[in-house]
Amino acid sequence: MVANVTSFGRSGVYDWLIQRVSAVAVGLYVFILAGYLITHPGLGYEQWHAFMSCGAMRIASTLALLATLAHAWIGLWVITTDYVTNALVRVACQSACGLAAAIYLVWGVQILWGL
Amino acid sequence: MPSIGAKMKENAVNKKRPVNLDFKTIDLPLPALVSIMHRASGVVIFVGIPILLWVLSCSLESESSFNSLKEVLDGFVVTVIVWGVVGALMYHIAAGVKHLLMDVGIGETLEGGLRGARITILVSVILIIFVGVWLW
Repeated sequence: MVANVTSFGRSGVYDWLIQRVSAVAVGLYVFILAGYLITHPGLGYEQWHAFMSCGAMRIASTLALLATLAHAWIGLWVITTDYVTNALVRVACQSACGLAAAIYLVWGVQILWGL
Repeated sequence: MPSIGAKMKENAVNKKRPVNLDFKTIDLPLPALVSIMHRASGVVIFVGIPILLWVLSCSLESESSFNSLKEVLDGFVVTVIVWGVVGALMYHIAAGVKHLLMDVGIGETLEGGLRGARITILVSVILIIFVGVWLW
Protein backbone atom coordinates (compact mmCIF):
# COMPACT_ATOMS: atom_id res chain seq x y z
CA MET A 1 0.00 0.00 0.00
CA VAL A 2 1.25 3.43 -0.85
CA ALA A 3 0.90 5.68 2.15
CA ASN A 4 2.04 9.27 1.93
CA VAL A 5 2.05 11.48 5.01
CA THR A 6 1.14 14.61 3.05
CA SER A 7 -2.00 13.20 1.40
CA PHE A 8 -5.35 14.22 2.87
CA GLY A 9 -6.92 10.90 3.86
CA ARG A 10 -3.54 9.14 4.38
CA SER A 11 -4.40 6.68 1.62
CA GLY A 12 -5.27 6.94 -2.06
CA VAL A 13 -8.58 5.14 -1.58
CA TYR A 14 -9.76 7.62 1.07
CA ASP A 15 -8.59 10.55 -1.05
CA TRP A 16 -10.40 9.12 -4.08
CA LEU A 17 -13.66 8.84 -2.13
CA ILE A 18 -13.37 12.19 -0.30
CA GLN A 19 -12.64 13.87 -3.64
CA ARG A 20 -15.92 12.58 -5.09
CA VAL A 21 -18.15 13.07 -2.05
CA SER A 22 -16.89 16.64 -1.59
CA ALA A 23 -17.35 17.31 -5.33
CA VAL A 24 -21.01 16.29 -5.17
CA ALA A 25 -21.54 18.35 -1.99
CA VAL A 26 -20.04 21.52 -3.49
CA GLY A 27 -21.88 20.90 -6.77
CA LEU A 28 -25.21 20.73 -4.93
CA TYR A 29 -24.41 23.89 -2.95
CA VAL A 30 -23.50 25.83 -6.11
CA PHE A 31 -26.72 24.57 -7.71
CA ILE A 32 -28.83 25.79 -4.76
CA LEU A 33 -27.06 29.17 -4.60
CA ALA A 34 -27.29 29.70 -8.38
CA GLY A 35 -30.96 28.68 -8.30
CA TYR A 36 -31.67 31.23 -5.56
CA LEU A 37 -29.84 34.04 -7.36
CA ILE A 38 -31.54 33.29 -10.70
CA THR A 39 -35.02 33.16 -9.15
CA HIS A 40 -34.48 36.42 -7.22
CA PRO A 41 -33.54 39.14 -9.73
CA GLY A 42 -32.97 42.59 -8.24
CA LEU A 43 -32.18 41.01 -4.88
CA GLY A 44 -31.89 43.52 -2.03
CA TYR A 45 -29.61 43.46 1.00
CA GLU A 46 -32.29 42.60 3.61
CA GLN A 47 -33.57 39.58 1.69
CA TRP A 48 -30.08 38.29 0.81
CA HIS A 49 -28.87 38.71 4.38
CA ALA A 50 -31.94 36.90 5.76
CA PHE A 51 -31.41 34.01 3.33
CA MET A 52 -27.69 33.58 4.06
CA SER A 53 -28.05 33.92 7.84
CA CYS A 54 -30.83 31.36 8.30
CA GLY A 55 -29.62 28.24 10.13
CA ALA A 56 -29.88 25.85 7.19
CA MET A 57 -27.90 28.09 4.84
CA ARG A 58 -25.24 28.82 7.45
CA ILE A 59 -24.67 25.10 7.95
CA ALA A 60 -24.80 24.40 4.20
CA SER A 61 -22.31 27.20 3.48
CA THR A 62 -19.93 26.03 6.21
CA LEU A 63 -20.08 22.43 4.95
CA ALA A 64 -19.54 23.62 1.36
CA LEU A 65 -16.49 25.58 2.51
CA LEU A 66 -15.06 22.54 4.33
CA ALA A 67 -15.78 20.29 1.34
CA THR A 68 -14.15 22.81 -1.02
CA LEU A 69 -10.99 22.95 1.06
CA ALA A 70 -10.71 19.14 1.43
CA HIS A 71 -11.32 18.82 -2.32
CA ALA A 72 -8.75 21.52 -3.08
CA TRP A 73 -6.15 19.96 -0.82
CA ILE A 74 -6.45 16.57 -2.56
CA GLY A 75 -6.39 18.17 -6.03
CA LEU A 76 -3.41 20.38 -5.26
CA TRP A 77 -1.61 17.47 -3.62
CA VAL A 78 -2.07 15.41 -6.79
CA ILE A 79 -0.87 18.26 -9.00
CA THR A 80 2.17 19.08 -6.87
CA THR A 81 3.21 15.41 -6.56
CA ASP A 82 2.87 15.09 -10.36
CA TYR A 83 4.78 18.17 -11.45
CA VAL A 84 7.09 19.18 -8.60
CA THR A 85 9.69 16.45 -8.39
CA ASN A 86 12.04 18.15 -5.93
CA ALA A 87 10.85 17.03 -2.48
CA LEU A 88 11.85 20.24 -0.70
CA VAL A 89 10.14 22.51 -3.23
CA ARG A 90 7.09 20.25 -3.23
CA VAL A 91 6.70 20.33 0.55
CA ALA A 92 7.11 24.12 0.41
CA CYS A 93 4.35 24.36 -2.22
CA GLN A 94 2.08 22.06 -0.24
CA SER A 95 2.73 24.01 2.95
CA ALA A 96 1.77 27.23 1.17
CA CYS A 97 -1.45 25.58 -0.06
CA GLY A 98 -2.20 24.31 3.45
CA LEU A 99 -1.64 27.75 4.94
CA ALA A 100 -3.91 29.34 2.32
CA ALA A 101 -6.61 26.72 2.97
CA ALA A 102 -6.42 27.35 6.74
CA ILE A 103 -6.74 31.11 6.21
CA TYR A 104 -9.71 30.61 3.87
CA LEU A 105 -11.37 28.42 6.50
CA VAL A 106 -11.04 30.91 9.35
CA TRP A 107 -12.02 33.85 7.14
CA GLY A 108 -15.01 31.99 5.69
CA VAL A 109 -16.29 30.93 9.11
CA GLN A 110 -15.86 34.51 10.30
CA ILE A 111 -18.00 35.80 7.40
CA LEU A 112 -20.69 33.14 7.80
CA TRP A 113 -21.04 33.12 11.59
CA GLY A 114 -20.12 36.70 12.44
CA LEU A 115 -23.22 38.13 10.77
CA MET B 1 21.31 -13.94 -10.85
CA PRO B 2 18.33 -11.67 -11.62
CA SER B 3 15.37 -13.32 -13.30
CA ILE B 4 14.72 -12.77 -17.00
CA GLY B 5 11.63 -10.72 -16.16
CA ALA B 6 13.55 -8.39 -13.87
CA LYS B 7 16.26 -8.00 -16.50
CA MET B 8 13.69 -7.15 -19.19
CA LYS B 9 12.13 -4.60 -16.87
CA GLU B 10 15.50 -3.02 -16.21
CA ASN B 11 16.21 -2.82 -19.93
CA ALA B 12 12.85 -1.24 -20.60
CA VAL B 13 13.46 1.42 -17.96
CA ASN B 14 17.05 2.14 -18.94
CA LYS B 15 16.43 2.16 -22.67
CA LYS B 16 17.08 5.57 -24.13
CA ARG B 17 13.70 6.78 -25.23
CA PRO B 18 13.00 10.04 -27.00
CA VAL B 19 11.72 12.79 -24.74
CA ASN B 20 9.65 15.52 -26.31
CA LEU B 21 9.05 18.58 -24.18
CA ASP B 22 8.58 21.07 -27.00
CA PHE B 23 5.09 22.33 -26.17
CA LYS B 24 4.64 23.80 -29.65
CA THR B 25 4.85 20.35 -31.25
CA ILE B 26 2.75 18.48 -28.68
CA ASP B 27 -0.71 18.01 -30.14
CA LEU B 28 -3.08 17.04 -27.34
CA PRO B 29 -6.28 15.23 -28.28
CA LEU B 30 -9.45 17.00 -27.06
CA PRO B 31 -10.08 14.69 -24.06
CA ALA B 32 -6.51 15.34 -22.85
CA LEU B 33 -7.02 19.09 -23.24
CA VAL B 34 -10.28 18.89 -21.26
CA SER B 35 -8.44 16.93 -18.56
CA ILE B 36 -5.49 19.33 -18.20
CA MET B 37 -7.90 22.28 -18.18
CA HIS B 38 -9.81 20.58 -15.36
CA ARG B 39 -6.59 20.74 -13.33
CA ALA B 40 -5.77 24.28 -14.39
CA SER B 41 -9.29 25.53 -13.59
CA GLY B 42 -9.02 23.90 -10.14
CA VAL B 43 -5.87 25.91 -9.43
CA VAL B 44 -7.55 29.09 -10.72
CA ILE B 45 -10.50 28.53 -8.37
CA PHE B 46 -8.21 27.94 -5.37
CA VAL B 47 -6.31 31.15 -6.11
CA GLY B 48 -9.65 32.93 -6.68
CA ILE B 49 -11.31 31.82 -3.42
CA PRO B 50 -10.22 35.04 -1.61
CA ILE B 51 -12.01 37.05 -4.30
CA LEU B 52 -15.20 35.03 -3.84
CA LEU B 53 -14.92 35.35 -0.03
CA TRP B 54 -14.39 39.09 -0.41
CA VAL B 55 -17.53 39.36 -2.56
CA LEU B 56 -19.48 37.29 -0.02
CA SER B 57 -18.17 39.39 2.86
CA CYS B 58 -19.09 42.69 1.17
CA SER B 59 -22.54 41.40 0.23
CA LEU B 60 -23.37 40.42 3.82
CA GLU B 61 -21.57 42.94 6.03
CA SER B 62 -23.99 45.85 5.80
CA GLU B 63 -26.42 47.64 3.54
CA SER B 64 -23.75 50.15 2.51
CA SER B 65 -21.09 47.52 1.77
CA PHE B 66 -23.74 45.64 -0.27
CA ASN B 67 -24.43 48.78 -2.30
CA SER B 68 -20.76 49.63 -2.81
CA LEU B 69 -20.18 46.04 -3.99
CA LYS B 70 -22.94 46.57 -6.55
CA GLU B 71 -21.19 49.75 -7.68
CA VAL B 72 -17.84 47.96 -7.98
CA LEU B 73 -19.49 45.18 -10.01
CA ASP B 74 -20.98 47.80 -12.32
CA GLY B 75 -17.40 48.57 -13.34
CA PHE B 76 -15.29 46.44 -15.63
CA VAL B 77 -12.04 45.12 -14.13
CA VAL B 78 -13.40 43.52 -10.94
CA THR B 79 -16.36 42.03 -12.80
CA VAL B 80 -14.04 40.41 -15.36
CA ILE B 81 -11.96 38.90 -12.53
CA VAL B 82 -15.08 37.57 -10.76
CA TRP B 83 -16.36 36.25 -14.10
CA GLY B 84 -13.01 34.49 -14.65
CA VAL B 85 -13.13 32.74 -11.27
CA VAL B 86 -16.83 31.79 -11.51
CA GLY B 87 -16.26 30.76 -15.14
CA ALA B 88 -13.40 28.49 -14.05
CA LEU B 89 -15.79 27.02 -11.45
CA MET B 90 -18.44 26.39 -14.14
CA TYR B 91 -15.88 24.62 -16.33
CA HIS B 92 -14.55 22.64 -13.35
CA ILE B 93 -18.08 21.48 -12.47
CA ALA B 94 -18.88 20.49 -16.08
CA ALA B 95 -15.63 18.53 -16.40
CA GLY B 96 -16.22 17.08 -12.92
CA VAL B 97 -19.65 15.74 -13.90
CA LYS B 98 -18.02 14.08 -16.91
CA HIS B 99 -15.40 12.61 -14.56
CA LEU B 100 -18.09 11.18 -12.23
CA LEU B 101 -20.02 9.73 -15.19
CA MET B 102 -16.83 8.03 -16.40
CA ASP B 103 -16.30 6.70 -12.85
CA VAL B 104 -19.59 4.80 -13.16
CA GLY B 105 -18.60 3.54 -16.60
CA ILE B 106 -20.38 5.99 -18.93
CA GLY B 107 -18.40 7.22 -21.94
CA GLU B 108 -15.26 5.23 -21.30
CA THR B 109 -14.66 4.18 -24.90
CA LEU B 110 -12.47 6.14 -27.32
CA GLU B 111 -15.51 7.63 -29.07
CA GLY B 112 -17.32 8.12 -25.75
CA GLY B 113 -14.34 10.01 -24.34
CA LEU B 114 -14.26 12.34 -27.34
CA ARG B 115 -18.02 12.89 -27.18
CA GLY B 116 -17.83 13.57 -23.43
CA ALA B 117 -15.04 16.10 -23.99
CA ARG B 118 -17.05 17.89 -26.68
CA ILE B 119 -20.15 18.01 -24.47
CA THR B 120 -18.04 19.34 -21.58
CA ILE B 121 -16.73 22.19 -23.75
CA LEU B 122 -20.20 22.99 -25.08
CA VAL B 123 -21.92 22.94 -21.67
CA SER B 124 -19.21 25.01 -19.98
CA VAL B 125 -19.19 27.63 -22.77
CA ILE B 126 -22.98 28.02 -22.35
CA LEU B 127 -22.63 28.26 -18.55
CA ILE B 128 -19.76 30.77 -18.75
CA ILE B 129 -21.71 32.98 -21.19
CA PHE B 130 -24.75 32.74 -18.91
CA VAL B 131 -22.69 33.84 -15.87
CA GLY B 132 -21.29 36.76 -17.92
CA VAL B 133 -24.78 37.86 -18.94
CA TRP B 134 -25.99 37.57 -15.33
CA LEU B 135 -23.06 39.64 -14.02
CA TRP B 136 -23.66 42.47 -16.50
